[in-house]
Formats: sequence, C-alpha cells, structure tokens
Amino acid sequence: MAELCGIVGIGQTKYDAKRIDVSMPGLCREAALRALEDAGLGFADIDAVVVGKAPDTFEGVMLPENYLADALGAVGKPLLRVHTAGSVGGSTANVAMSLVQAGIHDRVLTVAWEKQSESNAMWGLSLSPPFSVSVVAGAGGYFAPLIRKYIARSGAPEDTGIRTALKDRLNAHKNPYAHLQIEGVDFEMIANSPMLWDPIRYLESCPSSDGACAMVLAREQLADDAPNAPAWVHATAMRSEPTQFPGRDAVNPLAGRMAAQDLYKKAGIQDPRREIDCAEIYVPFSWFEAMWMETMGFAPEGEGWKMVYDGATALDGDMPINMSGGVLSSNPIGASGMCRYAEAAMQVRGQAGEHQVDGAKLALGHAYGGGSQYFSLCIVGTEKP
Amino acid sequence: MREVGIVSFAQSSALRERRNEVEILLPVAKEAVEASGMKRQEIGFTCSGSSDFLQGQAFAFVMGLDAVGAWPPVVESHVEMDGAFALYEAWVKIQTGEVDSALVYSFGKTSPGDLAEVLALQLDPYCVTQLWPDADSVAALQARLFMARAGLEERDLAEVAVRSRRAASDNSHAIVKGESDVETLLAEPCRSSPLRAHDCPANGDGATAMVIATGDRARALCDRPVWIRGFEHRIDAPALGVRDLTRAPSAQAAARAAGVHDDKLDFAELDAPYTHQELILRESMELPEDLEVNPSGGSLCTRVLFSCGLTRVGEAASRIASGAGDRALAHTTQGHCLQQNLAVVLEGE
Repeated sequence: MAELCGIVGIGQTKYDAKRIDVSMPGLCREAALRALEDAGLGFADIDAVVVGKAPDTFEGVMLPENYLADALGAVGKPLLRVHTAGSVGGSTANVAMSLVQAGIHDRVLTVAWEKQSESNAMWGLSLSPPFSVSVVAGAGGYFAPLIRKYIARSGAPEDTGIRTALKDRLNAHKNPYAHLQIEGVDFEMIANSPMLWDPIRYLESCPSSDGACAMVLAREQLADDAPNAPAWVHATAMRSEPTQFPGRDAVNPLAGRMAAQDLYKKAGIQDPRREIDCAEIYVPFSWFEAMWMETMGFAPEGEGWKMVYDGATALDGDMPINMSGGVLSSNPIGASGMCRYAEAAMQVRGQAGEHQVDGAKLALGHAYGGGSQYFSLCIVGTEKP
Repeated sequence: MREVGIVSFAQSSALRERRNEVEILLPVAKEAVEASGMKRQEIGFTCSGSSDFLQGQAFAFVMGLDAVGAWPPVVESHVEMDGAFALYEAWVKIQTGEVDSALVYSFGKTSPGDLAEVLALQLDPYCVTQLWPDADSVAALQARLFMARAGLEERDLAEVAVRSRRAASDNSHAIVKGESDVETLLAEPCRSSPLRAHDCPANGDGATAMVIATGDRARALCDRPVWIRGFEHRIDAPALGVRDLTRAPSAQAAARAAGVHDDKLDFAELDAPYTHQELILRESMELPEDLEVNPSGGSLCTRVLFSCGLTRVGEAASRIASGAGDRALAHTTQGHCLQQNLAVVLEGE
C-alpha cells in the first residue's frame, strides 16, 4: 500500500420514506456538503468522486451519476460509479479508499445514495426478463428460507429475531438520522406485527428509505492535518461468489467467511470478538445478525444467536452491533453499506453521540448483497495501523 | 506507478444475438483467461462493466459471475459503466499492491429493447427525459452546432463514415464494413437531421474480456505485453444547455493528464459513436491531423454499449502486440454528447 487513508469527513442525510423536500441532486448534496463541512473542505479541494448506488431501476434513471456530476462537484474531475448489489455502499467506499491507498489521488469524495420514493424497489426487483425466473417476492421472500435453514441448523429460539429487532429499534431512538424511530416499541409490538415471510415479521424487516451517505477520504499527511480526528483505514476486503449452484452454503457463505478472514489477516487481528470494539453489520432482516456473527467469526458456528440472547450485541454488551439502529431502521439501499462504514468511523472518531460505544478504538463496517453472495468489509481505527 | 501490461484480449461477434448475456460472455471470458496462460484461480482481481437498464433487470451483472468462474469466491467488483472503467478500477487495485493481475470483462445486449428510448433515461429525469428525446436526435443537436462552428458540411461527416467502413473491412467483428462512397451515403434520407444512418453507430450485442498483469509477470506470460502508460478519465456537466456541445473539455483534460502528447502516437482507437464526434474528439484531444484513427473501424461500425470502450483498448493493444505500432491512444465515452471521457496510453515493450 503506497499510502495510508484516513476518513476525514462524514455526512448523512436524514433518512425517511419519502424525501419529497429534495430532488436526487439535492439529496446527494445534503450528505456531500455535510461530509465536506466535517472535513473543513469544499468541492474544489476534491480530486475525484466515487458514487455508489443499487440498481438504476430503483429510481428509473440510467447512470444517474452522469446527471449528478455538477451537483457533486465532479465536473472536470474523474467520476466513477460502482454497483455491486446491496454491498455497493461498502464496495464504493473500498474503491474510493483504493484511489487514495494507491497514491493516485490526495482527497476523494465518495457518495452512496438511493431515493426509493422516485420509483418502486419491489417493481425494480421483480422485472421479468425472458427465459429467466423473476424473484417477484422481493428480498424478504428470497431470504426467509435461508433464515429457516439457519434456525433448523442452530436450534435458535424463535424469538431471537424479535430480540434483535427490539435492540436495533431502541438504538435508532438515539440516532437523529434514523428513518424509523417507532414510539413505544417493545417485544410485544414486534411479536404481534404481521408475519410477512415466515419467520420474518413486519417489524423485523428493513424499511424502504430515501437517503445518502458521504465520506471524504484523504492521504496520511492531509488526514493528519484535518480539523477533526480522522478514522484510519486499517484494512478492506471484498469477496463474491455465484448465486446458485449445488452444494452452495447460502446461510453461511464461503465468500463471507473468506472476506472476514482476509480482513482480519490484513488488519493483524487474531481474535476479532476481543480486539474489535464494535461493528455495524448489514442486517436487513433481524435474523441476519445472529447469522453474520458466525460468518464474521464473532461466534462459533451455530452459536451466533447466543450473542443476541446474552445481550452481547447490545450497546452496553461486549460486542455492540448496529449502534446506529442498523439497516432495520434506515435502508436507502445503495447507501446502506456506506452507512455501516460511516457509523464504524464515527465510533472511532468519538462522533456517535448518544449511540457512542465508550472508548471505541477499532470498529468494523460490513455490507452484503445479492443472494448473500457479495461482501464488502472494512476496519477503521482511532490510531494509525 | 506499477507497470501494468495487457496480456490477453477477447471479444465476441457483435452481431445481434439470440444467446443471453451469460452465454455470450462465457466463451469470451474463457478465451481471454486461456490466452493469458494463467489459471483462473491465479488471477488476483475480477472487475466488470455493464448496465442494468440494457438488460432490463436489476442486478444484471450478478449473472455474469456464472460465466467467469467465481468459485472458490473471488475478489471482485463491478462498475455500472463501460468495461474500460472496470479496467481502470482493476488498474487502481493493482496500484495498491494488493494484487498483481486482473480479469476485466464487460457485456451489452441492446437488441431486445428500444435503445434510443432507453438512453433517454440518462438525461435530466425531471426536465428532459419527460420529453423522450432519442439518442440520435440529441447527438444531431451537437452535430448541427459543431458543423456551424467548424464550417463543416454533411459531406465531411460522410467522409468519416467512408473511411471507418473501409478500415472495418479487415475486422471480423465489425457489423458495418466495406467500400462506400460519399455520394451514395448522402443520397440516403436523414435519420435525425443532419445525421443519416451512416453517421450513427451500428449497435450490436456482445462481450469483451481482458487479462492484465504487472511487469515481469506480464513479460513471462506473453511475447509482447502492451503497457498501460497513462490512464485518466474526466466528466463534464450533464445539462445540454450549460456547456459548449462542440467541445469536449473532459476529453482534453483526460488526454493531457494521460500523457497523450508526451511522445508520438502511431494511431488511436476512439470511441466515437457518431461521425461528428470523431472530429470533435480529434480537436479536443489535440491529435495530429494525419494521425490514423480507428484502424478497427471504431464504434461507428461496431458498437456494443458498455463493452465498446474496453474493446477500443483491446483493439489498440492487439495492434501494438502484433507489431503494427508502438504507441497508441485508446478512448471511451459515456453519457450524451461526449459528457464523460477516458483516455489510455498504450505502449509496446
């Protein structure tokens, strides 16, 4: 690696079902300008822009970043558009980081966004090309059988998902940007919410959100001089595998396990649960927290649910997970991965306000996408690697 | 910068296809990997370019993984851009020192849809797309303005087509090729005045794949690796009314930054889907008047959207590898009216 990369600015929009107060450029600028303000910089200080978003069908605009070029201050500069399914917010940040790490640019602005209210994600996911099977049911219908398989394998108690959802929904009350802040939410309310795709209840599911998340990245010397302490990038990792083939383990995918091991190796981490202070994990449906605890090596196989049950993943537990309220509370799909990275970085910068984990020095950001087949990860720290 | 060489390149026929994208891509990716001399698992990074909107499906690129061998899992990424930008991402990844080689691929199948209508979705969604301007008509606005500024006639544009078609004669992948003459072409009706069919790209379906590797690795793998000496891209403002459509400042900036003018070029492969755009690019990229442009016939004769940029790089590299030149420029463009431009400078060993 030619250069260290520091995250010197973070900006998020308020996440909401319909941000009808802003256009697509307005939404992206809201996040970008907040990130620049945090970094004490303007658009003129930026060398390149990397944009991430999930399918263009979610807004009905083809390559919308071309349309956004001047709103994001990219005119006359390089602009890249990354798209790796649900993991895109993470992989977009990884690509932006690599531009700094490779020594190609000094400062990079990266923005990930989705404005689902412009179109309809369920429609976007359910198009039926000739000679192919359409999922039709959307993401919940796709992932529910994987969760049932996990329950059958691990013998996890059936309220594991409800407990996870309650934790995330209560954390969201502490995050001013969160989309869903459900008043009076408790175990009973979640348990009694409609069953959508057994075993996933309505309140165990992510919402459809409008929103954008932005980060300003800088090379070491410039990050040292940033007005607010940077989050240093210790390691990033990505892995992908095909959607379907006989013998594939879609519950605990090899790509996810390999990405985690690669990440820990690069960051010099031996015991992730002990060494990492907190993590933001992509959990669009409650049960995925327990499942990813195993994939990420925080719990032995078959025991991820115990971390939920024991309260280990609560804000005051030994391995806090999704301090921001997570994807369950805000899901601007293309940005959701970058929101995870941003929260991890906010934690090690001590910026997380009421959802701050005391003394967090090393945090992990995680995103996944497709049929649990795309994984993007990063580890950020208060200290340089 | 680490020295990165193009080791192998493969492309499909660009003709209208009955096969789906995965079926088109599979033999092309296989050919590029086999020609590289590396085993699939040895290649450190995989990166692709494609568009959901062409395929009419969300996450269209996911199926591409089935064609390129992603098991055991691979370190992989995707840009919703032409494959030439995927090549850029792969080049950056190699510059970080994390990997020493990459498989880059792209694909596009435009025949099932109405491309002119699909491309209207790239414009300002609130104010312009609603008018459904087709891509040829938007290009025609640019052509009209450029001809007025440069004092050109429709005949000058037709000459670009005649030359490109003649150059494409030797290109087995070309859709439109052969001898033609200006008078015959000008006798045809306008498609969108001042543009006639010969001024507009011949669209097709296809895939492109390439393997790149660092210095000595590349030297060990092939007789004459073609080195990436400069690699830059820039974007201009999207709104058609806020920029001078007769110039491409992002192409100029990319060419200058890539070092195009540091030494003599032997030829250039420009992604100029419209005849007048070749002339704008020649001017904006400050290319010598006598420079040979598009010995392959270019994307005027063969355009596989989202793949034709990577194909330009591959065509230029193949030509250098065969000894027909030592230094070349390859280029691609995205968006309407040359909004975004990428320049790669290639050199033979």
